[in-house]
Amino acid sequence: MAAELEQAFREQWGRVLAALIGFLGDFELAEEAAQEAFAIAAERWPRDGTPANPGAWLAATARNRAIDRIRRDRTLAAKTRLLANTPASEEPMDDTSFPDERLELIFTCCHPALALDAQVALTLRTLGGLSTTEIARAFLVSDATMAQRLVRAKQKIKAAGIPFRVPPRHLLPDRLEAVLGVVYLIFNEGWGGRPDLTAEALRLGRALSELMPDEAEVQALLALMVLHDSRSAARFRDGERVLLADQDRSLWDRAQIAEGRALLERALALHGHGPYVVQAAIAALHTEQPRDWPQIAALYGELARLTASPVVELNRAVAVSEADGPAAGLLIIERLELSGYRYTHSARAEMLRRLGRADEARAAYERARELADDGAERRLFERRIAELDAPAASARA
Amino acid sequence: MKFMMLINLGPEARDWQNLDEAGREAIQAGWQTLNETPGVTPGTGLAPPATATTVRVKDGKTLTTDGPYVETKEALDGFFILEADDLDAAIEVAARVPATRMGGAVEIRPVMEWQQS
Repeated sequence: MAAELEQAFREQWGRVLAALIGFLGDFELAEEAAQEAFAIAAERWPRDGTPANPGAWLAATARNRAIDRIRRDRTLAAKTRLLANTPASEEPMDDTSFPDERLELIFTCCHPALALDAQVALTLRTLGGLSTTEIARAFLVSDATMAQRLVRAKQKIKAAGIPFRVPPRHLLPDRLEAVLGVVYLIFNEGWGGRPDLTAEALRLGRALSELMPDEAEVQALLALMVLHDSRSAARFRDGERVLLADQDRSLWDRAQIAEGRALLERALALHGHGPYVVQAAIAALHTEQPRDWPQIAALYGELARLTASPVVELNRAVAVSEADGPAAGLLIIERLELSGYRYTHSARAEMLRRLGRADEARAAYERARELADDGAERRLFERRIAELDAPAASARA
Repeated sequence: MKFMMLINLGPEARDWQNLDEAGREAIQAGWQTLNETPGVTPGTGLAPPATATTVRVKDGKTLTTDGPYVETKEALDGFFILEADDLDAAIEVAARVPATRMGGAVEIRPVMEWQQS
């Protein structure tokens, strides 16, 4: 039963909370009511059995609790006025169906008037149902700091008049970009070794894919994350990072690769050509053997055009070096202004090594090692340096 | 909701004397459209920040200093009041302020509503 409750919580929290915020227009009140409803469920379901539609049951219970609370608390004039102004209060909430307002919720949480770190925290708290402590731990800040960040964000939504709605068509492209950016940021935070965040980003991506089936970039972001995730079991060996080219392909998740490709095809069928579509296409090409480097290089060129990002240009240099030889790749890298980025140096080092310029390669690897941000990465660069010093042992295992 | 729209012109638009004819006309046309936008209560422009005087009171003593209380380049140059449904609506109006395209900016501040009881 505990597991069943836990599962209901994970599955229903976001949707129940979204419906409550839509109804009450108040994040704080909605969160308290949702928490109360889940507590009541924990007490009653083991005794009376799980209701046929747990989500609707939770939403209706939370809603009744919130109304009771407002009635009890007449002194909170603002909240009662709020309730009186909500026409939805006339319609009793159906026990079998309740509105899915998760999209309204995610667009509110990812509103550009909120700081990016607040957008991320609020999305994880409201849609993901992560506790303040869990989010604080994931972003290496204290509980108090994270609690304050969440409270401030909720206060700003209320005081600044950030609307609870899916933006109208003419605002949608920009605002959707912000939402997708937050989800992908959560995924990338998790990619460094926190699988709970990766899983959460995938859950959010799946929810968005379901709720916005006709948005190519939404499908493409999910494709991209699923394709990356398909390789998660092969990325580390005995705690050491394994580069894509050296990964044991039998550890790749074939089902996920197939799913990612199907999602990408859907995005292409929707005439998608945005940055996530291009990135997903690149990720899909990376799962093929042999890799089609000219095609990958061309797609990075397109992505560089779309994003004007020097990191993308660096990736293009690597692909070009595979397609047309290290000298061509090196030419692109030398033009880049990205000297504080470790991978600039490691990519340059690899090209120099292939060109037989071992001393320069060693110096570049050493620079990459100085800039490495964790032990596994530092050791990877150290192994590369050791291989340079002992060319005979340079079988890249 | 009621918003105070605080305008910072930025150096280019603030330098009205040196704008060419076309530049001035574009700004005036932009403002005319804005002032006719539903919900807008036209405000006023302010004399340049170099004319500002800042007053503080410490231990009963009035301290007067030259200049605005923020950096000159971020100083307030004008304002208007907007009645709009929500922040998104206010952002759309703010983006039509001519100065926003000339290196200036608009800060949107909800006007505090004091509850009467």
